[in-house]
Amino acid sequence: MMNINKMTALDIGAEIKKGNITAVDAVKAFYDTIESTDNIINAFITTNKAEALRKAEDVQKKIDSGKLTGSLAGVPIAIKDNICTKGMKTTCASKMLGDFIPVYNATVIEKLEQAGVIIIGKLNMDEFAMGSTNETSYYGSCKNPWNTNKVSGGSSGGAAASVASNQVPMALGSDTGGSIRQPASYCGVTGFKPTYGTVSRYGLIAYASSLDQIGPIAKSVQDCAAVMDVICGKDERDGTTLDIKYGGLLESLNGNIKGMKIGLPKQCFDKGLDNQVKNSILSMSDTLKELGAQVDYIEMSFLDYVIPTYYILASAEASSNLSRFDGVKFGFRAKSFDGVTDMYSVTRSEGFGDEVKKRILLGTFVLSSGYYDAYYRKALQVKSLISKKFNEIFQNFDAILCPTTPTTAPNLDQSLSDPLQMYLSDIYTVSANLAGLPGLSIPCGFDQSGMPIGAQIIGAPLDDKKILNIGFAYQQNTEFHKMSPKGV
Amino acid sequence: MKITKEIVESVANLSRIKLDEAATVKMQTELGAVIDYMEILNSLDTKEIEPMSHIFSLNNVMRDDLIKPSIDRQEILSNAPDHTDETFVVPKTVG
Repeated sequence: MMNINKMTALDIGAEIKKGNITAVDAVKAFYDTIESTDNIINAFITTNKAEALRKAEDVQKKIDSGKLTGSLAGVPIAIKDNICTKGMKTTCASKMLGDFIPVYNATVIEKLEQAGVIIIGKLNMDEFAMGSTNETSYYGSCKNPWNTNKVSGGSSGGAAASVASNQVPMALGSDTGGSIRQPASYCGVTGFKPTYGTVSRYGLIAYASSLDQIGPIAKSVQDCAAVMDVICGKDERDGTTLDIKYGGLLESLNGNIKGMKIGLPKQCFDKGLDNQVKNSILSMSDTLKELGAQVDYIEMSFLDYVIPTYYILASAEASSNLSRFDGVKFGFRAKSFDGVTDMYSVTRSEGFGDEVKKRILLGTFVLSSGYYDAYYRKALQVKSLISKKFNEIFQNFDAILCPTTPTTAPNLDQSLSDPLQMYLSDIYTVSANLAGLPGLSIPCGFDQSGMPIGAQIIGAPLDDKKILNIGFAYQQNTEFHKMSPKGV
Repeated sequence: MKITKEIVESVANLSRIKLDEAATVKMQTELGAVIDYMEILNSLDTKEIEPMSHIFSLNNVMRDDLIKPSIDRQEILSNAPDHTDETFVVPKTVG
């Protein structure tokens, strides 16, 4: 009897195609695990078992009749709760959208459904994707399956934890400053943030539109590539999507990285990096050398500036994007207020959590008259510098290898008391968002307490295939991505 | 840059977020810490650098002006906290 829960998404898809299992078997197996583990993990905000089983039956008929032939047909997926699903509650893990039921599907949801992928629920996250530990969720923190006293990471904590605990074979997250890669690293799974503009953001509830990008979290690089092949593409409803040839990621993976030049940024190995994380990354670098890559140290002199730049730009955009939550058209409205202006203020005070309020205030401050030039404009200039430096690096290198995070997952409640420390957990990931670059996080080891360590591979714009191939080559030769937490 | 209580109150008002006394003090401390941390950017000389809002140079994205069905009004209104059959309902806005 095969254990469906431990299989990769592509393996499940292949077994369904061969007729060894059905889409309904797959959906049932994952709900069994969700039902027996999620009271502890808290990865899901909403599940839709009856609807998912009905869809699985439909999809199975289409597979049987040859109408659906894709590699992921019949395979379950779970979706971060900031991506709109028609008829299914989409809360952004906020009281503000506690009862919000979208009347349309995000483009990525339409594409998944056309490919016969079955949506089995909506995942926990930091409120409005603002946070790096999943602890700002209105629905309680999502725990790390490797040690439930630790955070799952954020903001796509539910996505990483659900895949790590075999509740689902793959998930969609979103990444504004590391929100796919950082939790993937903490939970020992594979997470991919594609080049900005390759996946439509239509139906993704905006945090910082110039940085937000949807991407997959799964058990292998191949699964991530397969999901990307389904969700990518130009979309007329998102004017920032690129009109280019992009797909064919899965079939492009060949594991050959001979002669590739990979840079290790010196600054990432300085202060603040845990020694065990450092050793794992260096050991991965040795493996890549054995596979034929050439690895050299490089300068990333701008590292100290990325977090301030990110928080200025992201908060500024958030303050504008979140002005739509006014208690009028959808979402929460306060019960008692005095006139229309007071209705806005009381609604927003009661509906948003503290971290969201802080970022709205910060964003309003950096955009306000008298401070705009000193903060917002300055950050846009630094962003330009950072982008230029990356261009220089990629003239001589194919990819950058660095840690995904400075440490393994911290304990619950640790970060809320020291917000600046929490912000620093994104120091290696945010620059890929600022420059629009593709970034992949893959498991590359464990620390002494058994917590997963993640390595990040960053590439030049649209070199998504190249960096996925480096990750693929590594996973062909290592077992870290196949490990599961105890009891799962 | 010192974040004063007045700055917090003014920004909160602009953001339409109501803060009580305790929350104002807490925000003042936390915003102060973040803004302090951001001062590091001032050590970079950016005089000659153009601000970059978009990573990839984007031109205006045009489409044909075609009439397409929109989402059903009742469906849209069903998410509103207060509504009639045709409109959103808000408190009186003009005195």
